[in-house]
Amino acid sequence: MDTANRRLAELRIALVGVPNCGKTALFNRLTGGRQKVANYPGVTVERKEGHFRDRAGRPYCVLDLPGAYSLSPTTLDEAITRDLVLGRVAGEAPPDVIVCVADATHMPLSLRLVLEVQRLGHPMVVALNRSDLARRRGFRLDAAKLSAVLGVPVFETVAIAPGGADPLIEGLAPYLPRDPDAGMPAAGNGAVCDLAPDRESTERTQQLVPRILAEVGYREPLRTRAATRADAILMHPAAGMLVLAAVLFLVFQAVFSWAEWPMDRIEAGVAALSGWLSGVLPAGALRSLLIDGVIAGLGSVIVFLPQILILFFFILVLEDSGYLPRAAYLLDRLMGNVGLSGRAFIPLLSSFACAIPGIMAARTIPSVRDRIATIMIAPLMTCSARLPVYALLIAAFIPVRRVGPFNLQGLVLFALYAAGVFAALAVAWVMKRFLTKRTYHPLMLELPDYQWPDLRSLAVGLIERARIFLRRVGGIILSLMIVLWFLASYPAPPPGAAGPAIEYSFAGMLGRALHVLFAPIGFNWQIAVALVPGLAAREVAVSALGTVYAMSATDTALESALQPVIASTWSVATGLSLLAWYIFAPQCLSTLAVVKRETQSWRYPLIMAGYLFALAYLASFVTYRMALAFAP
Amino acid sequence: MSVAATALPVPLSTLRRGARAVVQTVLAETPVIDDALRSTVGQRLVELGFVCGVEIEVVESMWPIGDPLAVRVRGSTFALRRREAAAVMVVPAGVAA
Repeated sequence: MDTANRRLAELRIALVGVPNCGKTALFNRLTGGRQKVANYPGVTVERKEGHFRDRAGRPYCVLDLPGAYSLSPTTLDEAITRDLVLGRVAGEAPPDVIVCVADATHMPLSLRLVLEVQRLGHPMVVALNRSDLARRRGFRLDAAKLSAVLGVPVFETVAIAPGGADPLIEGLAPYLPRDPDAGMPAAGNGAVCDLAPDRESTERTQQLVPRILAEVGYREPLRTRAATRADAILMHPAAGMLVLAAVLFLVFQAVFSWAEWPMDRIEAGVAALSGWLSGVLPAGALRSLLIDGVIAGLGSVIVFLPQILILFFFILVLEDSGYLPRAAYLLDRLMGNVGLSGRAFIPLLSSFACAIPGIMAARTIPSVRDRIATIMIAPLMTCSARLPVYALLIAAFIPVRRVGPFNLQGLVLFALYAAGVFAALAVAWVMKRFLTKRTYHPLMLELPDYQWPDLRSLAVGLIERARIFLRRVGGIILSLMIVLWFLASYPAPPPGAAGPAIEYSFAGMLGRALHVLFAPIGFNWQIAVALVPGLAAREVAVSALGTVYAMSATDTALESALQPVIASTWSVATGLSLLAWYIFAPQCLSTLAVVKRETQSWRYPLIMAGYLFALAYLASFVTYRMALAFAP
Repeated sequence: MSVAATALPVPLSTLRRGARAVVQTVLAETPVIDDALRSTVGQRLVELGFVCGVEIEVVESMWPIGDPLAVRVRGSTFALRRREAAAVMVVPAGVAA
């Protein structure tokens, strides 16, 4: 009863707008960044919903629809937006009011979409976003006049300023159902017509656009000198490529050097906690579980939070600033040679953070074939979950030395990332050769104006990432660590056993069984054990190594520091072999599950798992044998 | 804006960096983007603003053969491949200084 009443009193609005109109910033402004991210049923288009209340405490529910240039879609994202405003998505009621977000500084694209949405006959209002920027450029769009011409309410908003959405919120109040039985005040329900806009009607609308804009005082933005100059460099076929390479290089150097201080602090904190616990807890199974299982396992993963946040910081800044589409422009031809679209650059770059959002971002690629190719190589982009493994091994086996102005460890990391990229290009090329059916897939990518990243959206994005990471640490990683601790502790060694307890346990037995498979590539049984829970999430391999070694340690001093232990017990060849393994690292069940869901078939996840495993084994084998030959 | 009306329309893909032109038409036959969604390159180009009488400018183009091109239309910039740009017929309006 209670929830039913609230449902009725809540006004459901949906934000519709062309890409780059500031829709997401407006969504964050309305909801204060509190959002529920899920998927639409049956498809993997991200569904973002949030709630807010106006000054009088009346509740609103706001849905952020994927950006769309038009209601005749060319991508899955645009198809969802169309279906949702038409009320065609199963289990999803059509919104009470459509809020069409228009970019006051780029009106032609926005206004055409507004006219198209208006034709649906659904209650709608227009949010004239970035109205401050328009004013700074010396013109003021006459919102009242636009409202009169269109016959729908128009409100000026500034999504990036505090209170910038207030006019819109006030404007929505009249649409609130006054009491649960009254229904909507505005007419138009039921008038929803099906539309399949053809060229002719689109052209007619397009002829209308400049006439309306002239009436309301719109001025087309001139290309600023700064933007012209920036493009001349950043989009220059040679200079632009150099800048792109430098930017990527800087990002990877920063990931290593900026994160050092916070990582040291976290490590010290974990060591202190485990020291304190071993002082207050009596020796026994509980102490072992907490210190060897939970703290040794989780501590070795949580330490990578700073690096992951730094990586996401750069990705979000590059995305917000308008640079990423320009990088896609630069790389389009190059990527075309191996059968990829320049559009694949953005999903692939996201895959450096995690393959899952990358694979999901691939749905913005219109063609199915390009999309599959992008999905299949996304796991070769070194995801942040591999960073803990790389960081551990590099710190253990690569000396701290300066090579010119660079740090050798940073260089090795860069080389590992580069190896992943080259492997991806090679795989894409092979797929292009075998998938002969070629259809045409356009680029048609908007290069938005440069802008300073919005700090608020940046903060919201980073907090969201930190939350996702910590939830993984607290959920899946924690439970796996407890299971692994159990496997590593039982059965207990027979009385009078000489070696560490773990060698007699289930984990020890499993490790020795798997060792047969991994011995040719130089992995010891501890690594073999750690690879198993690493199936669930790659970074778990590090926690698992932490637990395995903590459990094998006879000397308690070894418990907190994994890196010196492996540095002294593994050969360099083994360390390099494991590094090579992780370039391909097939074991990430969540990635495979997402691929299954995205492609709606078992075929692609199975092919992916198979080819990644084969490449990983091959790479490790070659690396191990070469390392043995050159540096025995 | 008086553009040399005598100039013959050429495909947008033949323009060089810095060239300005006026759109005459988008060809009727353009590549299909997605069969299921019944979308074509032509429909999308019209939606993006490539309609008769609109001024455009090629602001950047990639070596060696101008693929892709960055085209400014009605205050927005789009990256188009040669093949997409070939669907837009334009009347050149001289080269910007």
